[in-house]
Amino acid sequence: MLRYLKIYAILMRNSLIREMSFKANFLLWTLVEVLWFSGQVLFIEVLFGHVDKLGDWTKWQVVALVGTHQVVAQLFQAFFYVNLTQIPELVRTGKLDVFLTLPLDSQFAVSSKQFGLDNFVNTVLGLAITGYALLRLGVTPGALQVLLYCCCVLFGVAVHYSVMCSLSTFCFWIIRAQGLVYGYFNLFNIGRYPESVYRGAFKFMFTWVLPVILVANVPVRILTEVAYTPWAAIGQLVGTSLLVLGFTRWFWLRGLGRYASASS
Amino acid sequence: MIALYQKVFGIGLQDTFVYRWNFVLRSLFSIIPLIATVFIWRAVCEQGSGLSEYNFSSMVFYFIGVLMVDNLASPTEDEWRIASEIREGQISSLLTKPLNHLAYRLSLFGAYRCLYTLVTLPVMGAVVWGLSRHIQLPQQILTWPLFFLSVAGSALIQFFIAYSLAMLAFWIMEVSTLIFILYSFEYFLSGHVFPLDLLPASVRSVLEWTPFPYELFFPVQILLERLDVASIQKGFMMQFFWVCVTGASARLLWNLGVRRYQASGG
Repeated sequence: MLRYLKIYAILMRNSLIREMSFKANFLLWTLVEVLWFSGQVLFIEVLFGHVDKLGDWTKWQVVALVGTHQVVAQLFQAFFYVNLTQIPELVRTGKLDVFLTLPLDSQFAVSSKQFGLDNFVNTVLGLAITGYALLRLGVTPGALQVLLYCCCVLFGVAVHYSVMCSLSTFCFWIIRAQGLVYGYFNLFNIGRYPESVYRGAFKFMFTWVLPVILVANVPVRILTEVAYTPWAAIGQLVGTSLLVLGFTRWFWLRGLGRYASASS
Repeated sequence: MIALYQKVFGIGLQDTFVYRWNFVLRSLFSIIPLIATVFIWRAVCEQGSGLSEYNFSSMVFYFIGVLMVDNLASPTEDEWRIASEIREGQISSLLTKPLNHLAYRLSLFGAYRCLYTLVTLPVMGAVVWGLSRHIQLPQQILTWPLFFLSVAGSALIQFFIAYSLAMLAFWIMEVSTLIFILYSFEYFLSGHVFPLDLLPASVRSVLEWTPFPYELFFPVQILLERLDVASIQKGFMMQFFWVCVTGASARLLWNLGVRRYQASGG
């Protein structure tokens, strides 16, 4: 375990050096995120220009939701996103061989090659928006809430990781799997809205099987519903995220079993 | 001359045919946000006092229209491919051929959109069938040709913008950030996320001078028969204006870029 941590530290350092040599690009990526965020806020403004509540959520609760969604998504993207999107290409070209010969777990090796510094900046932005929303709501969460919030955010990152890793792992069966990468964005798109607007099979699917709706909803409920802690929802998030994480591991090993490299 | 680009179109069809599963997956995944959108507007309409412009059904139909226009007219990978051709130097082989690069790329774009629309037709069919009770087909027969004309205009504007952005690869290494910056404007200001007539009138009047509403919102409004004759005329005039401006910028940037272009190695 310690060995993996040391390796991870070295990989991070390398990424940092690489990122800093493209400063303009770094700033532009941050701008992209700020624009996206402004667009989201515009949408919320439009929605709440017409209603007082969405489901049972008020405007600033929804803003906190968008902010927290940003935190989870950006943390995931900082550590894993780029690496996971490269898997289909590694498999297609046979470059995955290099990762398999390393004295490391293969899934760890492909998931951790580089990380995105700009995503950390955007994580902070998400936290700031969430904080501002709480201020407007007039809620002050206690230490327990903050702690639970952080834990749930990490479980959320695990859900993001599982979904993206599983989508990429499909490339062992379908060689041109780029279309699946869009699936990631489409899936998590729905997590920015209050759970209570969803109903029926759709809600069941995305809260119990593939818990993408819980990822931001549960942490925000912890922060904004200070009167009581939503233990059931937390349990649901933890349980389902462990399940999808386990599935991803199993699926990765299955996929790897099919890998035949590419002749060179 | 036309025959040449017909040939390119044919090659484009064959070339993109290998991506057919990709297309199916993409269109399947694009249904998920659509369903979420339907849920959100249902929640809004149920709360419902303020939303006078739309009822739930017309809102659902609006987003089906968005999906249709998006399938027919939005470039998906063209800008990335053109930019990477320039960056990797593959464009050299095209320069030696007696082709107009813009027309060549436009033919490929046409082929790509046709094939995409065709391959994803079953998925679209399922969406239309599943939400059919919200669909109110146009009352007037003239709406259809006007709709398709506006979709063609939208496709041209979007393609020319994508092409112009890709041309920047002649000057800078990494154009993907610029593509995403523009994409975020297009996403929110063309009517992808909410109908633009929900915005305050002051914001809308500014927006009407930008190309964005004519990429998506305008064609969908025609399909929904929400515009009077004067607005349709004005819309087409603005759309035509933006086709000319973006087309001219595409040509200009190509001419300037090629002059700068240097290929090294062999």
